[in-house]
Amino acid sequence: MATVSTNEFKNGLKLMFEGEPSVILDNETVKPGKGQAFNRVKIRKLISGKVLEKTIKSGESFEVADIVECSLAYLYSDGEFWHFMNNETFEQLAADAKAVADATKWLVEQDECIITLFNGAPIIVTPPNFVELEVTETDPGLKGDTAGTGGKPATLSTGAVVRVPLFIQIGEVLKVDTRTGEYVSRVSK
Amino acid sequence: MNWQPNASIEALKKRGDIVREIREFFYQKNVLEVETPALSQATVTDVHLHTFDTQFIGPGYANGQRLYLQTSPEFHMKRLLCAGSGAIYQIAKSFRNEESGRYHNPEFTMLEWYQPDYDHLQLINEVDELLQDVLKTDACDIKTYQQVFVEHIGLDPLIGGIEQVREIALRYDFGDFVATETNIDTLLQCLFCFVIEPLIGLEKPIAIYNFPASQAALAKIDESDNRVAQRFEFYYQGIELANGFHELQDAQEQLSRFEHDNETRKKEGLLSQPVDHNLINALTHGLPNCAGVALGIDRLIMLALNKKHINDVLSFNVERC
Repeated sequence: MATVSTNEFKNGLKLMFEGEPSVILDNETVKPGKGQAFNRVKIRKLISGKVLEKTIKSGESFEVADIVECSLAYLYSDGEFWHFMNNETFEQLAADAKAVADATKWLVEQDECIITLFNGAPIIVTPPNFVELEVTETDPGLKGDTAGTGGKPATLSTGAVVRVPLFIQIGEVLKVDTRTGEYVSRVSK
Repeated sequence: MNWQPNASIEALKKRGDIVREIREFFYQKNVLEVETPALSQATVTDVHLHTFDTQFIGPGYANGQRLYLQTSPEFHMKRLLCAGSGAIYQIAKSFRNEESGRYHNPEFTMLEWYQPDYDHLQLINEVDELLQDVLKTDACDIKTYQQVFVEHIGLDPLIGGIEQVREIALRYDFGDFVATETNIDTLLQCLFCFVIEPLIGLEKPIAIYNFPASQAALAKIDESDNRVAQRFEFYYQGIELANGFHELQDAQEQLSRFEHDNETRKKEGLLSQPVDHNLINALTHGLPNCAGVALGIDRLIMLALNKKHINDVLSFNVERC
């Protein structure tokens, strides 16, 4: 089993922490002139998503987390699993609801998603930063009302709800930023 | 561009001015400037210090002689004191492996001085005098290690029981090691670094003295309270600036501390370090009653120039050297 010592800590390093694959977000060493050195780390657990600040005695070793990221195209969901495919090798992979989590509302067929694998199994599904989705439901817009005000909610084909300007109509296709869940623009067909 | 210096030329000019000011400070006090070797055939046994070493091959040393880069000029300077030098100071390059970061570069500059007939409290006043000169600070606060622990976390660090310390440390959720740690000093140092240090010495420097005897290093144990050692540290604005001792004179006691360190090293899977018998022999000959202190010049200059990273006051850090 590969291990890393605190001397190899750097931002982005993935290691096993409290039994969970985790990523280092920030690392600072604190060394009194006479005394034990410590690493003060900010760490995100990849499965629970929890961010922790912890103190580690310098010199301790940690198991490297077997984390691989791959880019796969979304195919379909059978209700229990979400299926993805490598467009080059045609290998398929199924992610469960826990891994897909909130990404489910941004999954568009054939869009390339980043799948994070831990020991070969999907643990995180990251949708593309921008997706294009059709409006399936929204109140009719008021004529002449172009900008300003708070906009209105619109339901998209995947079930996602975003705030859109008042002029947006049912049937239009929108570009949405999946990281913030915000409307970006209309997409002309 | 790695050929360029880390610090600005302007910062380096100010650095030069401060070093000249320090030399003037000691000239006025009649303290002799000395130079001692950066290389030594022996080294420190301190469990938490990692040394650099190299190999000398030459006339008389065909098979090679291992030499260590000093972690501070302490041992050589004490040998001068034993030989009758009187008050001495030195601005010396020191080297510590495995140390690099905001306040550390593996090669750094140490100001170290010794005053015969001083105890640790008298030397605290002299360090403060220098800080007031260079940093234009107000007179420092002076508190015991026990005082700051009681004030800031309600723990008496001298009660001696690791479980009381652990109970307090667990409240801060530092990390897994707290539950299983067997060394009381590691827990105390963790509390000191992460809870107390950020709260002290913010407006003006603070000297903390009378460290637990188990963290004595090369300081005398207090005769009136053997739970504490006559050791002090200065802190200012989150920076550990200086460490000093009312110096241990007893050669036997010093030797047994070195041997104890080496036993701890073995237990922790570290290499034993060669004990400096030249130092022990010098102490046997006799070290005058004195106090000594080591002060990090790079950190002093960081504070004087209000720089946030040691790289901002170094000509070339370890990445560019």
